[in-house]
Amino acid sequence: MTESLRNKIIVAGVGESDIGKVPNMTGIGLNAQACKRALDDAGLTLKDVDGLLTAYTMTEPYFMLGTVVAEYLGIQPRYCASVAVGGGSPAVMLKHAAEAILAGTCDTVLVCAGENRATGQSRDSAVAALTIVGHPYFENPYGPLIPGFYAMIARRYMHEFGTTREQMAAVAVNGRNHALRHPNAHMRKPITIDDVLNSKPIAEPLNILDCCLISDAAGAFVVTRADRAPDLANAPAWLYGIGEFHTHEHLIAAPSLTTFGSKQSGEAAYEMAGLGPSDIDFAQLYDCFTIVPIIEMEELGLAERGEGGEKFLSGETAIEGSFPINTDGGLLSHAQAGAGGGIFGIIESTRQLRGGEGERQVKKHNVALVHNEGGILSSNCTMILGKERR
Amino acid sequence: MTDQLPEPIINADSAPYWEGARAGKLLLQKCGDCGTLRFFPRYLCAECGSDNTEWTEVTGRGTVHSFSVVHRAAFPEFQANAPYVIALIDLDEGPRMMTNIVGEDALTVKIDDAVEVCFEARGTEGAKVPQFRRVGG
Repeated sequence: MTESLRNKIIVAGVGESDIGKVPNMTGIGLNAQACKRALDDAGLTLKDVDGLLTAYTMTEPYFMLGTVVAEYLGIQPRYCASVAVGGGSPAVMLKHAAEAILAGTCDTVLVCAGENRATGQSRDSAVAALTIVGHPYFENPYGPLIPGFYAMIARRYMHEFGTTREQMAAVAVNGRNHALRHPNAHMRKPITIDDVLNSKPIAEPLNILDCCLISDAAGAFVVTRADRAPDLANAPAWLYGIGEFHTHEHLIAAPSLTTFGSKQSGEAAYEMAGLGPSDIDFAQLYDCFTIVPIIEMEELGLAERGEGGEKFLSGETAIEGSFPINTDGGLLSHAQAGAGGGIFGIIESTRQLRGGEGERQVKKHNVALVHNEGGILSSNCTMILGKERR
Repeated sequence: MTDQLPEPIINADSAPYWEGARAGKLLLQKCGDCGTLRFFPRYLCAECGSDNTEWTEVTGRGTVHSFSVVHRAAFPEFQANAPYVIALIDLDEGPRMMTNIVGEDALTVKIDDAVEVCFEARGTEGAKVPQFRRVGG
């Protein structure tokens, strides 16, 4: 069991790069922009940073990306690494940063992720991105694709629990409605459930509007010791609990198509926080495909098994609803750029906890849950963040 | 499926599997200590950690655990066959594998359908990959 991180660690500042199609910037430049904005938000400077974590990039495939980003920023950290657990990387990086700080390795860790996937992909990197998740020897001979893997999960989940296409479409609409209120979201055009159901089929039952975006985007956040909270420019988010769990990488090795490591990562986060699902005010769930937040909601105890989809369809997950989900629009409508996807759930939660988000602000904003997953629901990390020390 | 599809990549873990496929046999690894059948091939048993490994032929019969009809493939050589079916099948002996569902009735496949192995030629050197078709299909 990890030593409890509760009340010891804060997210001191958050920042997003420009998002969408940003052809005038490199991927690493987007990361630097997000880092600068996160440090400004915290009231800190690069001189305060003694740890750096980042993930990976397909468009600019540097070896040793952690030290590459540190070099680009002109810092010499005492703690530095690249973490590659797919979309799960941002939340896992927050956990590893917290653990490093608690171990006394460093005081302030800058975490960033993202790349210029919309405009910066060469044909080679696009092909690599399409195949990298499939098992090279025992899946790729059959022409799978990332939406196809998730489609098989969706098909099985619908078969066992009665989740419907309309409910999945409602996940996309929920995200889009929220993105319309976000000044930096990639997608700006309203959509309806019929739009999703009638959009181009990719891998049944998933259509193009069931699939996340391909954006130029990076995000960053600053992790530091809780005793630094009074020195910051803005209110921090307090880490109440966090857990990770890894069950497989390739779908052929997944223990199940209906229950995943999100169960264990969530239980660890709740236990560390001393909280349960009923204590959570709003959530940012990983939504690379519309089936995924429905599964996560149920796995994390935020809905009964088979009942998550209805909560999206009924509007409970809207900003005005009883349990807002993906208030920035998520990967489906706000931004997705590799590991620069789930990082925005951490950024958005921190902003919502502070309470100044105008027409996007949720009413109850004391406790947030963020879930990131990578691979094919392979690597899972859940965190619970709060407005104040508890 | 067309003959432009990729040939299997053979390595030290998997050579007997692909040699079996070339001969029209579905061979799986079996733990020489605890008896667990495993897929995909690897150096040790993920159940007990033993590196005592045997190869054994299985029936090639199983059921569909899940599937998807793919309309937009990642690569042109697969797109030429779209729509096509990718599936996860559970062998009667236990292990789960990925496959295409092949045959004229492939696109109407359902979860729990019974399937049986067949072998699809790839490339010009006699390589074959295991594929599954609906029983009676």
